[in-house]
Amino acid sequence: MVHTLKVNGQTHSLDIDDDTPLLWAIRDNLGLTGTKFGCGVAQCGACTVYMNGKPLRSCVTPISAVDGEITTIEAIAGKEADAVQTAWTARDVPQCGYCQSGQVMSAVALLKENRKPTDRDIDLAMNGNICRCATYVRIRAAIHDAAKALEV
Amino acid sequence: MTAHDIKLSRRSLLGGAGALVIGLHLPRPARAQSSAAQAGKAAFAPNAFIRVGNDDLVTVLIKHIEFGQGPFTGLSTLVAEEMDADWAQMRAEHAPADVKLYANLAFGVQGTGGSSAIANSFEQMRKAGATARAMLVQAAAQSWNVPAGEITVEQGVLRHASGKQGRFGEFVEAASKLPAPADVALKQPANFRLIGKEGAIKRLDSADKSRGKAQFTIDISAPNMLTVVVARPPRFGGTVASFDAAQALKVKGVVDVKQIGSGVAVYATGMWPALKGREALKVNWDETAAEKRGSRELIAEYRSLVRTPGMVAGKHGDAEAALAKSDKVVEAEFVFPYLAHAPMEPLDGYLEWDGTQAHARFGSQFQTTEHATIAAVLGLPPEKVRLDTMLAGGSFGRRAQVSQHLAAELAMVAKAIGPNRPVKLVWTREDDLAGGYYRPLFVHRLRGAVKDGKITAWSSTIVGQSFFLGTPFEAMTVKNGIDATMVEGASELLYEVADFACDVHTAKVGVPTLWWRSVGHTHTGYAVEAFVDELLQAAGQDPVAGRLAMMGKAPRAAGVLKAVAELAKWNGAGPVDGRARGVAVVESFDTFVAQIAEVSIGPDGEPKVHKVWCAVDCGVAVNPDIIRAQMEGGIGFGVGHALYGEITLDEGRPVQANFDTYRSLRIHEMPEVEVTIVASTEKPTGVGEPGVPPIGPAVANALARLGQVRPRQLPMVGGGVV
Ligand code: FES
Ligand code: FES
Repeated sequence: MVHTLKVNGQTHSLDIDDDTPLLWAIRDNLGLTGTKFGCGVAQCGACTVYMNGKPLRSCVTPISAVDGEITTIEAIAGKEADAVQTAWTARDVPQCGYCQSGQVMSAVALLKENRKPTDRDIDLAMNGNICRCATYVRIRAAIHDAAKALEV
Repeated sequence: MTAHDIKLSRRSLLGGAGALVIGLHLPRPARAQSSAAQAGKAAFAPNAFIRVGNDDLVTVLIKHIEFGQGPFTGLSTLVAEEMDADWAQMRAEHAPADVKLYANLAFGVQGTGGSSAIANSFEQMRKAGATARAMLVQAAAQSWNVPAGEITVEQGVLRHASGKQGRFGEFVEAASKLPAPADVALKQPANFRLIGKEGAIKRLDSADKSRGKAQFTIDISAPNMLTVVVARPPRFGGTVASFDAAQALKVKGVVDVKQIGSGVAVYATGMWPALKGREALKVNWDETAAEKRGSRELIAEYRSLVRTPGMVAGKHGDAEAALAKSDKVVEAEFVFPYLAHAPMEPLDGYLEWDGTQAHARFGSQFQTTEHATIAAVLGLPPEKVRLDTMLAGGSFGRRAQVSQHLAAELAMVAKAIGPNRPVKLVWTREDDLAGGYYRPLFVHRLRGAVKDGKITAWSSTIVGQSFFLGTPFEAMTVKNGIDATMVEGASELLYEVADFACDVHTAKVGVPTLWWRSVGHTHTGYAVEAFVDELLQAAGQDPVAGRLAMMGKAPRAAGVLKAVAELAKWNGAGPVDGRARGVAVVESFDTFVAQIAEVSIGPDGEPKVHKVWCAVDCGVAVNPDIIRAQMEGGIGFGVGHALYGEITLDEGRPVQANFDTYRSLRIHEMPEVEVTIVASTEKPTGVGEPGVPPIGPAVANALARLGQVRPRQLPMVGGGVV
């Protein structure tokens, strides 16, 4: 059936099956490919988007269950996003880079909730995001950098 | 025909390649210019590797695939150094598949592996940069009417004492009309401004990768394109007996279903309908020839085989005699499971063709052979096939396909649906983990003798599979019937032991296997370093001092061991406050790495790795921060698999289906890492793999000091199909 979807401020009507995961609607139907597929079963976090500002695993969210505005990596903006992406580049966090959209989405969401995360806060917020290249040392350091940058 | 049936002979794949094992030379300028120029609007393309635009941007064509280890940045560093370019003006992109221009000088064909990107490119890319610089200088000299020798270049600006100055972009047109100099001088290391300099460069790909802008194969779309998933046999060696596509074809968005060599392909307008179609497909598999043994059976077979002598891989003195007359013999057996690479982006590929020519785009790691495979399957002459390499979401060996199975499947999928239907073939995570090409299962049996505080004899027997025997790549590593990748790191030790023997059995198993980040060292590093530690403990020696005492003939290994001991302020293995330290040192791919791991047992009973100190000697350190990143990543990859990684086969069927059961290291399990790079003037060697091997045994050796047995079977947590 036809589903109405608001993504990054734009409203779309998509005639796709109800059970289509949001991930594939975003990637295949809307052509927004920054959001990645890594597992399809809510294990890796590569597909993280926001629904009404809260992180969501789009690979296990059927389009029929989407109930709010979606934001993807292409459209994140604001102080926290700038701080995180600047820190990510300054630290050269990414290796292959494939998981990093999801990492950045989770990190920005964390800093929006918690301006001064401890290591434990980072563990809790980020442990749903797998990085097979194991860039974790730098992810942690970059989140602390971003938090510092947000202090001023 | 199956993917594995395509009998591409060594000759057809690597035909003539031998002649291309190139001395360092630049391709002829005319040929080179046309190739580099095609890749974009080039104002100046002095050779196949460099393009300078009148916008001042210097684009380096990278012959090695970028999947995280940093060749985009590393090879560009070499060019920028010799050009005296400003780092901000540097860009990188993949070179197309073209063996004449872009062969890996270590292989003779275009391809990436063996941590060889910097090593084989070091002079080649510097020469390319120096040539470009010389031509720009010449152009400036002519335009200013001054001798070329009086012109200096700094950060992308050419200057003359008269006050004249200009940027590269201003001279590209004039430079492109000049002949390339036959020979150019390279900088003396003392004059390097980028190579080896802390903070001089940043990765060229970080910004895009932090913003979701980097383009991977899975991101490709094209008008009329079909997304394809393939149903493959549940057991290795199975084939399609029959299938019923009626239900699959009813799924909205499914366009077609075809049998291909590797299974049954479902073609759809997007990924979700393709997956639903595959779900609805009914396939009967013929498993007559399939491998039906499980991990349990294989381990039992290997364990009995390992007690018999194999083919001799290394020997000096008489280990058997020495063991027989020793009164202190230590024995250990180690079991290593199958492991999946599980790169974050599962395998995928894109191909379009019109019946007479084809264009493939994917994360190709062996461009030359994959290009040949696609041409062979489509029945096209090689010059009608273009292959472009995409960024890939990791490989860890998975994309370095000896069997060419992905390229073959991609071409088969395209061929089966016919021309003018672009296809994007996508593997899911389940396809990836159940798809084979694993790090082979291995069993090692070691025996050692200790006398007067010294290790006097050492014997090891190894059982496992070879992924090279019987493939086009056989000649690369198989000598006298022994695949060197099975015994590297075990057939010769860094340590002096008077009586030594290493032998190997090559088991025939129908499970496809492949190299996995650091190849043989993934198991030999563990067996050797855990066992030497065990012997030193039996001999009453300190793990660091005891190793150093036997390293008289391995000065660089001793160097990293001393460096890491200093970095960690080594003062014995402990334990102190419930934390013990374990040491390991491994040479792989001509790079030396020593690590010390600090470990405790967590409240859940699992080992907790708190911190890892790491010293690396990779010759001249081109990009120190990338070297550190590779050590961090290698340690994370190594610790994750040593603790949790295992593909188990149950009657031939892989058990682990996704990351819920193929447990991957997560952020809270990642140790803190501190890296020191040992200064060296030796030629540069690789860093993509060598960070991996020492961490498993370092953790094992720490556990031994916490009163545990050194783990005899990996993974350390939750494993144990015995
Ligand atoms: S793809 Fe959604 S969590 Fe992995
Ligand atoms: S950077 Fe490669 S998976 Fe995270």
